[in-house]
Amino acid sequence: MAIKERMSGNEAVSYAIKQINPDVMPAFPITPSTEIPQMVSTYIANGEIDTEFIPVESEHSSMSAAIGASAAGARTLTATSSAGLAFMWEELLLAASNRLPIALALVLRTLSGPININCDHSDGMGARDTGWIQIYAENNQEAYDNFIQAYRIAEHKDVKLPIMICQDGFITSHAVENIELLEDEKVKNFVGEYQPEEYLLNPGKPISVGPYAVTNYVMEGKKNQLIALENAKQVILDVAKEFAGISGREYGFFGEYKTEDADYIILLIGSAAGTAKDAADQLRKEGVKAGILKLRVFRPFPAKEIAQALKNCKAAAILDRCESYNTNGGVLGSEVTAALYQNKIMIETVNYMYGLGGRDFTVEDARGVFEDLRNIVEHNAAPEQFKYIGLR
Amino acid sequence: MSGYNFKEVMSKPERLAPGHRMCAGCGATIAVRAVLRALHEGDHAVIGNATGCLEVSSFMYPYTSWEDSYIHNAFENAGSTLSGVETAYRALRKRGKLPADETFKFITFGGDGGTYDIGFQSLSGAMERNHDMVYVCYDNGAYMNTGIQRSSATPMYADTTTTPVGSHSNGKMQNRKDLASIIADHDVPYVGQTTMIGNFSDIHKKSEKAIYTEGASFLNILTPCPRGWRYNTAEIMKICKLAVETCYWPLFEVDHGKWILSYEPKKKLPIEDFLREQGRFKHLFKPGNEDLIVQFQAEVDRRWEELLYKCAR
Repeated sequence: MAIKERMSGNEAVSYAIKQINPDVMPAFPITPSTEIPQMVSTYIANGEIDTEFIPVESEHSSMSAAIGASAAGARTLTATSSAGLAFMWEELLLAASNRLPIALALVLRTLSGPININCDHSDGMGARDTGWIQIYAENNQEAYDNFIQAYRIAEHKDVKLPIMICQDGFITSHAVENIELLEDEKVKNFVGEYQPEEYLLNPGKPISVGPYAVTNYVMEGKKNQLIALENAKQVILDVAKEFAGISGREYGFFGEYKTEDADYIILLIGSAAGTAKDAADQLRKEGVKAGILKLRVFRPFPAKEIAQALKNCKAAAILDRCESYNTNGGVLGSEVTAALYQNKIMIETVNYMYGLGGRDFTVEDARGVFEDLRNIVEHNAAPEQFKYIGLR
Repeated sequence: MSGYNFKEVMSKPERLAPGHRMCAGCGATIAVRAVLRALHEGDHAVIGNATGCLEVSSFMYPYTSWEDSYIHNAFENAGSTLSGVETAYRALRKRGKLPADETFKFITFGGDGGTYDIGFQSLSGAMERNHDMVYVCYDNGAYMNTGIQRSSATPMYADTTTTPVGSHSNGKMQNRKDLASIIADHDVPYVGQTTMIGNFSDIHKKSEKAIYTEGASFLNILTPCPRGWRYNTAEIMKICKLAVETCYWPLFEVDHGKWILSYEPKKKLPIEDFLREQGRFKHLFKPGNEDLIVQFQAEVDRRWEELLYKCAR
């Protein structure tokens, strides 16, 4: 029987970590992810798990130690936010290129400056080109479910890549909501034991990790990483299917809410999806066919699948919670429109920027977005391609 | 620690295989081989390495010179990387995932750039957490891999590519950082300062002590660099000896807080004897620069006296 509980997102991820009982966790505190290493340390202090915790002196060292531990053959994880992830950046690339299945609980927070502790997606999106798998949650339940699935994806023999399990800082990480937890035994069986093929601590079978490579080899290495990410797509779906079998909760690359017959779709990531769904519900009652596409898997990017999901709508709004400073829009704005173009789907789109540094995104804001889309379609209004929501 | 048998130690199988691309006359490889000879037969090791000459020359894909498991991560994190490996060892052993009868030791190498400077925080963290590992700094006193730029280990007045000697410059303006003392102040179980000298008993014994002392150990090894120091490559052993006999590079250890002088020259040689052999100090011997040598000598004397005081405690 599933366990009904009330938990914050940080508690939910920590609970998943407890159930998985990984081998090694180096971590350094940073708001709003700090609770995760705190809770894991408490589990260890109380003898509930026997993970080895390394209280490193910085995030750069937490990812460095994670790389060492993972290369040594240990199931490894860390947690961080914002500047912590930025400080790890060099090491994120090394974790991926060394093909180490490290899990990282990312609690999304804006990047300085100005320094601010609240949510946007600057940190996660900033790491989009590091070769990590990235899965985003809408709420505590998804953060928990995604973390339970993380190692199955990352450690898969066709993948062997690090994975970021992302949730919105404070909005998800600190807000307490209802949640359904799985029994310890079920989680243990689902996640299984880590059996690395090659590792530093294999007596009599030494390996060397982290070479210098001349130009003759570098491109092939990068291409192999790409192949692994392509492989990850099927693995993510397979693992989700198996997870549905034990939990009853289904996951794909994205969640679709009333999109099947929708004229207008908002595409976004994370906790704001709940707000947008409320707006869609209101509009449906008013006879407007509104729907929400909530992206879950951002890396690998399911371009073709997104294009297919949007092809029948009249207009789509792509909402970004992270400035890319390219002056034309955000990250999702660029990648989703490229996906549509490549798949010859020529619907109208508008790219919006919202919620930076924790700025509220309300049901009214979401309704306003749908209103914009209707104007474009019904009144042939020229779409403003890139707009800020809630800017003072 | 048993007695030192030169023949026996030197006949041990090499754990850094030939075929690497380090320069002829390089001190770093001699130091690495000396440290690895202190590993007991049958013991495994995981070797860490900061980015630097040693790394790019010894593990060039798809070839490795390392007979033991080896990990290079980046420039500034050899300390934290190996702390992760060492922790994994404890975690996996505790859980019965590694054979109980197989022993692993953890040794990481970094140049002075990766150790004194960019890797200082990571080193300090690993030492403070007291991981059961040895951090070995091969100190050649500049960023040699990128072309001889000054580091905080570079001695005063050395001519480097970022402290070039010119009409308005006598080379580096600052004294070198005393890293062995700084790490000793972390209260780690063992710190040793050594170099390649005589029959290699000093470097061997200190390496063995560092590897087999439980907890964090630090070795600072002077490793001349023929490119950066500009000496005749055949003279490396002479250079090392002069570094010790002039008290520029004293041999000492700090064993569980106790400072022990390993060697006291019968007659301390003047610092000129060490400086004269090296092109990077050539300008000090030009007429009119006599006072620079006097200052250099004064700093060597001051540090030597301080060390004698610490060791007498």
